This record gives sequence, C-alpha cells and structure tokens, in this order.
Amino acid sequence: MTTTLDRARPRVEAGGPADDAGRGSRKVFFLVMLSAASALFLYPFVWLVVASLKPRSRTFADPFVPWPHPFAPENYLAVWDAAPMLAWLVNTLIIGVVAAGAATLSSAFVAFGFAYFRFPGRNLLFGSVLATMMLPAAVTLVPTYLIWNSVGLTGTQVPLWAGNLFGSAFYVFLLRQFLLGVPRYVFEAARVDGASYLDLFWRIAVPLARPALIIAFVFELKASWFDLMKPLIYLQDPALYTLPRGLKAIVDQFYQGGDPKWEIVLAASVITTLPLVVIFFFGQRHFVQGIATTGRR
Amino acid sequence: MRRIRPETRWAYVFLLPWLIGLVVFQLGPMVASLVLSFTDFDLIGSPEFVGLGNYAKTAQDPKVLRAVGNTVYYTALHVPLSIALALALALMLNRITGRAAGVFRTIFYLPSMTPYVAVGVLFLFLLNGQAGMVNQFLGLFGIEGPQWTTDPDWILPGIVLMSLWNLGSTTIILFAALRNVPRELTEAAMIDGAGRWQRFRSITLPMISSAVFFVVIINTISALQMFDQVYAMFFGNQIAQQSHGDAALFYVVYLFQQAFQFLHMGYASALAWVLFLVIMVITLIQVKVGNRLVYYEAEEHAG
Repeated sequence: MTTTLDRARPRVEAGGPADDAGRGSRKVFFLVMLSAASALFLYPFVWLVVASLKPRSRTFADPFVPWPHPFAPENYLAVWDAAPMLAWLVNTLIIGVVAAGAATLSSAFVAFGFAYFRFPGRNLLFGSVLATMMLPAAVTLVPTYLIWNSVGLTGTQVPLWAGNLFGSAFYVFLLRQFLLGVPRYVFEAARVDGASYLDLFWRIAVPLARPALIIAFVFELKASWFDLMKPLIYLQDPALYTLPRGLKAIVDQFYQGGDPKWEIVLAASVITTLPLVVIFFFGQRHFVQGIATTGRR
Repeated sequence: MRRIRPETRWAYVFLLPWLIGLVVFQLGPMVASLVLSFTDFDLIGSPEFVGLGNYAKTAQDPKVLRAVGNTVYYTALHVPLSIALALALALMLNRITGRAAGVFRTIFYLPSMTPYVAVGVLFLFLLNGQAGMVNQFLGLFGIEGPQWTTDPDWILPGIVLMSLWNLGSTTIILFAALRNVPRELTEAAMIDGAGRWQRFRSITLPMISSAVFFVVIINTISALQMFDQVYAMFFGNQIAQQSHGDAALFYVVYLFQQAFQFLHMGYASALAWVLFLVIMVITLIQVKVGNRLVYYEAEEHAG
C-alpha cells in the first residue's frame, strides 16, 4: 500500500459557470458537515480538559460549556500529591525513547541486510519477517513472561523495551522497502572508494532513510506510550510504573474505589495524553505518511 | 568445505539481530506455548501433561463462550460501522481537498493519539448513566439514555460507541486511496452521463477496493484482540468487576486473567492458540472473498 499523499493532481474542470456554482455550494455543504464531525471528535477532549479544571462537585455540570467554571487549577497540584506522576512521566519518556530508538536502529540494521545483500536463504528469511506480522501477541505472551522470569527480570522495566533490540517486523519491512528505492550505484560508488559495509549502513543508508526512520521512531514511541499490558504483567513497584499503568492505578483507587476523586482521575488523564498530542503536532506529517504507507494505526 | 563469500558472511551479520529475535522471541515462544497448551502449569510446580484437556475445557467453559460472544458482537459492529463512517469522512475530505482537508484530517486523527487507558477513563465519564455527556446530549432530544457502564445490555454498545471515536487511521488510509483515483475516470463517466451513485458504485469503489479490503482485515484482527480500553474501564479491580458481571469480558481479557491472575499458564496458552487459529481462518476467508471483490489495476493491464 504505497501511496503518495499531498500530490497535486491536475484537475480537469468540466462545465461552465453554472456548474462551478453548483460545485461551490456543494463544497460549502461538505465543509459544514466536516466541521460538525470535527466538533464531535474534538468535544471529548474539550470536555476532558475543562472537567479536569473544575472542582469535583461540578465535574458533570454544564457539559456543553467549553470553559471551566469555577476554575480549579489546584487539581493539577493535587494530582502530583496523590500519585508520583512526575516519576511516571519520566519513566514513560525514558522507556519510550529507548524502546523506539532500539526498534528503529535494529530494524534499520536488519533492513539494510535484506535490501543490500544477495545471499542464499534471503527470500525465506524475509518471509519470516512477513509471517511474524501475522502472529497475535497473545501466542507469545506466556512464554515471553517465562523467559523474563527465568532471568530474574520480571519486576524491572527491562521487558518493556529489550524485545525491541532485535528488529520489529513492521519497521524492517517499511525500511527495506525504503532502502530498495535507493539506487544501487550510490552504495557501489562508496564501496569502490573503500567504504566498509558498516560505513555503507551508517554513512549512507541511515542518512538517506531518515524520513522512514522518523516514521518508525514516532510509531514505536506511540506504541510504547500506549502500552498497558506489559506494565501490568511486569511491574509491581508503583515507582517503576509508566503513565498508562499509573493512570490505571489511579482509576482503580479514585474512580471505582470508595472515595471518588474525579478531578484527580481527570487531571491524570490529561497528563497522560498531553505529551503525545504535543508530539503529534510536531510530527503529524510523519504520522500521516506512516499510516498511509504501512497501515499502522 | 565450501568457502562462504565474505559478502554472505556480512549479510548474516546484519541479519543477526533478527535471527536471534526470531528464535528467542517468536519461534521459541510459539513452540513453548503450543507445548504448554497441552499441560497444566501454575508457574510454581512443573508443567503436567494433560493432553487435549485444556482445549476440551475451552469448549465447555461458560466464560469462554461469553467472551467469544462479546468479542464477536463487538467486532461485527465495530468493523462495518467504523469503516462506513471513515469512508464517509474520507469521501467528504476528498471533495474539499486543499489545506482545509489537512486540518480536518488532523482533527480526525487526534483521538488516536490518546492512550487507550485514557480513552477508557474518558468514556467512563462520558458514558456515565446519570450525568455523562452522552446522555445529557441525548436528553437535548428528549431521549433518556441507558446506563452505558453498568447495564449489562448496554455495556457492549457503549464500547462500540467509544471505538468509533478512533477512526483516524482508517480515514487517513481511505482518504489516501481516494486521492489516487484518477480524476479523468470520474470525469469521463460524468460526461457519459453517469449519476453520482453510479460513479461511486462503478468507479470510485472498485478503485479503492484494495484499501477497503485492507482496513477490513486489519480492523478485524485488532478488534478480535481488544484489551486496553476495556480492561481500563471494567477490570483489575473488585468493584469494577462485580458491577457488570461478564458483560464486558473480551477474549484477550479472559486470556490475560487466566494467565496472570489465576496463573493457569497452560490453559491461557490453549486460549491463545485457539485465538491464533480463529484469526487465521477469518483472515483466510476474508482474503478468499476479497480476491473476488477487489479490483487490482495491475492485473487488468496484464490480462
């Protein structure tokens, strides 16, 4: 599924002025419909942020008033006291960057091996890359736990990123496709100049594949930031939690528990979400391209 | 001994991480999980061979039946609804294009940047039966909304509703496909007097059918493995779990509970293999059906 986005297509304009007018009014209709849809998609965010800035007694009040009244920013102070949010934020960031960096670099390394070299068994091995994409995570869940358990690493954050050191099928596939598009003479010229294979990878393939590397990085960062199951399985000490795992603990304590503190649950949800939304605004081009080319969500 | 070319040796140096990962984290665990599925294993003792016992148990376990029912119900609603809505959005985006389309596309994708746990938490509030925004909104039209988060009959529809907030990537994929439909084709059909529905039915839809097929498959596979949002909302906590019975029990949630709450590692492995086989069969059926319905441009040129 490779498509080029934002490519300007020459438009064949048929018909006279009357036709243009019809098209114009139809366009207005679509703009209105899309704006209504946008409002529906944005409103949950607005509600979340607004409700997180209101006192508990007003959480559900005035659901269609898009500003907090009365204004209660102290919720955001309370949430830091109620839970080690800062530690969770730092944990999530570090694990996310390590996990994404490991997946990106190892996948690029492997992808270069598949794209550049011709060797016996290549197609069979590349088939294994495609095949593992089909394997549901549930199948390897228990044995993977047993592996980390046998080396005494359950209860640490290592299982949250270490599996990424061995290349990830999706990114190997994406990066291989990208590197196949690099003309072979670029590599051969460097070989003639005496570059080693590692030079080819590090000095040529990596810089050239930068757009695809960024796509892999942002997607894995997002995946790591989203992950709930691995932290549920591997982390017991709340000090080691990531934000999603921490948010789950907060919900269990303050939403479902006997002492509801909705404002804390809501503020923690905003803190869990906001950094990713900011990252998205800076990297949205890469997300859009990544989804359109790989189908990753 | 035949000499191995240095180039081949280097190729395997680059492939080494993949090969290690393949053996240690994919093939090894696959075999281990298949073997475990024929045993009773509680992590403390050693695995005890029980033959097909675990598989026989899945067929009789009423919770499995319930979880399968819930998961299938969800998938059967989520996949067509989400794709129909995403297609409608993508078609409208395709009609306006330009900068505005980019802005709308960003807005539609934004919910997909919300971590699933936060989505689940947010919808616990929005779907709250007494005072949630959804029911207040319905109230504007004089409709008394149901108890989405506590009434067993309404929990699954509520989860489907929540899932429709996450249309962003499906919309982006379909929009990208629509943009690649050659304009000349629809223009030509228009000149030939084809109506709007006819143009959509006989040109646009066939031209984007491979993208539609693709999103059907990936959305089905991910719907069958639903976990995070549901677990955040309804599990992992006594009060939450008691309040709804098994109305929100999804297959992977049950598998997770069996493995890590009850430490029935053998039974959980059997559940995982059943899921794997079911996903394979469903995907194969979809590919078979899809191959008859999907129009591939390249084939047409070759034939």
